[in-house]
Amino acid sequence: MTMSATDESAPAGDDEQHRTATIDGYNFAFLDEQTKRMIRRAILKAVAIPGYQVPFGSREMPLPYGWGTGGIQVTASVIGPDDVLKVIDQGADDTTNAVNIRRFFAKTAGVDTTERTKEATIVQTRHRVPETPLAEGQILVYQVPIPEPLRWIEPRETETRKMHALEEYGTMQVSLYEDIAKFGRIAKGYNYPVLVNGRYVMSPSPIPKFDNPKMDRNPALQLFGAGREKRIYAIPPHTPVKSLDFDDYPFDVETWNQPCALCGATDTFLDEVVLDDKGGRMFCCSDTEYCAERQARAAGRARGDAA
Amino acid sequence: MYVAVKGGEKAIENSQRLLADERRGDRHVNEVTLQQIDGQLSLAVDRVMTEGSLYDRELAALAVKQARGDLIEAVFLLRAYRTTLPRFGASEPIDTGRMAIRRRISATYKDLPGGQILGASFDYTHRLLDFTLAADGERPEGELSDHVIDNEMPRVVELLDRDGMMEAELPADDEPVADLTRDSIQFPAGRDARLQALARGDEGFLLALGYSNQRGFGNTHPFAGEIRVGEVAVEFVPEELGFAIEVAEITVTECQMINQFQGSATQPPQFTRGYGLTFGYCERKAMAMSLVDRSLRASELGEDVNAPVQDQEFVLYHADNVEASGFVQHLKLPHYIDFQSELVIIRRIREQIERNRGAHQEAAE
Repeated sequence: MTMSATDESAPAGDDEQHRTATIDGYNFAFLDEQTKRMIRRAILKAVAIPGYQVPFGSREMPLPYGWGTGGIQVTASVIGPDDVLKVIDQGADDTTNAVNIRRFFAKTAGVDTTERTKEATIVQTRHRVPETPLAEGQILVYQVPIPEPLRWIEPRETETRKMHALEEYGTMQVSLYEDIAKFGRIAKGYNYPVLVNGRYVMSPSPIPKFDNPKMDRNPALQLFGAGREKRIYAIPPHTPVKSLDFDDYPFDVETWNQPCALCGATDTFLDEVVLDDKGGRMFCCSDTEYCAERQARAAGRARGDAA
Repeated sequence: MYVAVKGGEKAIENSQRLLADERRGDRHVNEVTLQQIDGQLSLAVDRVMTEGSLYDRELAALAVKQARGDLIEAVFLLRAYRTTLPRFGASEPIDTGRMAIRRRISATYKDLPGGQILGASFDYTHRLLDFTLAADGERPEGELSDHVIDNEMPRVVELLDRDGMMEAELPADDEPVADLTRDSIQFPAGRDARLQALARGDEGFLLALGYSNQRGFGNTHPFAGEIRVGEVAVEFVPEELGFAIEVAEITVTECQMINQFQGSATQPPQFTRGYGLTFGYCERKAMAMSLVDRSLRASELGEDVNAPVQDQEFVLYHADNVEASGFVQHLKLPHYIDFQSELVIIRRIREQIERNRGAHQEAAE
């Protein structure tokens, strides 16, 4: 599954051609094999107890904490030379942090990278779930800043661990109720808490609640890595994931009054782009690959019609 | 037609080239060498080694150079290198009682066996800018005194120890030492894990916490029992040999704080310990560390825990400047998805309030 970097130095440059290209002096995908084994054990435990936060010996990565060190360690531990990696941030493949992490793996693991969700075997993400549905065999790796969904209610780790152990989630329900009392609705837009497999309340990471339903019974394996907080958790394929709500205030997702200005989609999460300082703005898909795909298909159809 | 900004690759490359260029600065000025940083900015190197948890002067000097003098960035560079190094095992505990002393002071005794050795210190300098350094800082080399410093000076706390005035040190055990860089911290954290976190912790953070403790947020009545700086041997027992061999000599700063006594009707009163240790010469850090170490022992000594400095989770989760710096600065990364979610919700709530207001007005008319 892995190989040493030292005996496989391929010429720098077109890393698409050289799948084994890595950097001198470092192991395949940066982490040493001992560390990967430790992380894989944590992942296995996380898969066995869906939604439970497994402490692990998070390493110091050459990227800053808070910039995806947890996700990077998870990806580095599950990636092999034949994997195809996609990295997105805010749904886009071309945001600086996504580019940077993709470059990190292209450099340290020499794997193929892609922008196409369908082609990827591993998708590492920050703040979004791709619009294109994932399939069995794919792995979605989330970067997690604060893994503890109860943290805003109770700052102490010793307390929150106890609350999880005792399934003591009343305070979370109360905090949602307080929103309703104050604002007339649950006022959480992102990081909207979910109940995994009917047992653990889990932070979905700061994805918009729009993406929460995609987690539910997803055929792909969903892994969550929090590097600074040293926690890994998981949702195995086909696991029920329910967004917390009330019978009379059911969970709902964000909606927009207009379609994507670029591809016309009406069922995607839209970015708001400010065009000028006179209130001009437009909305377009945050998932750049999904949007581009739709635009290309529309253009193809238009050409077909013209011919 | 609006075209979404294609961020990425080119911008990052150019930014990094610009960074490298600015780091080098004016090409008419000689490039600073690692030897110069090590020799003339040695306290920067000491701090980076301490908080970077890696004793290597040359690499620390390189990190300082690469980080353009940003010491927290330099600590980060060194840590990211350290994390890839293989672990051979743990050394024997260093013996600071057998230190080649450069400096040794005690605030609790006027004189004591071995004497007070002031060494090189900013302490009694007048903080006046020395303009001769701006012109030409060359100084003649110092002369060697024929005074011989005793290298087996007893430690001050041991003097108190003998009389039973100081709480006894726990005997050495065979338990493996905690390592925060291999396992995530668990609470309540043992003293080994706490001391490791403090040794790696940010000097400024510990300084402020120690200061808060002196100002009454959990006062521990500290005395600087002893501060000593010098070289100690590092010994390691290779499995194939079975006995200890000396593998290195390192410079360390040690601070033993003597704190308020404990006692009860049945238990005779004793002083308690706070401990600080750093690589190189980091006296301010070692002192702050020993204050915080003692404060974190509050619960094991049966004291109330109500000040921030006594709170394990508060102190240990927030002391690491590489973690703190990363997470604070990650706010620079795009957050427009979360922000858009907030916008949608706030707009919905505002619409709802507007609608309710309209309905009220209609009802009133």
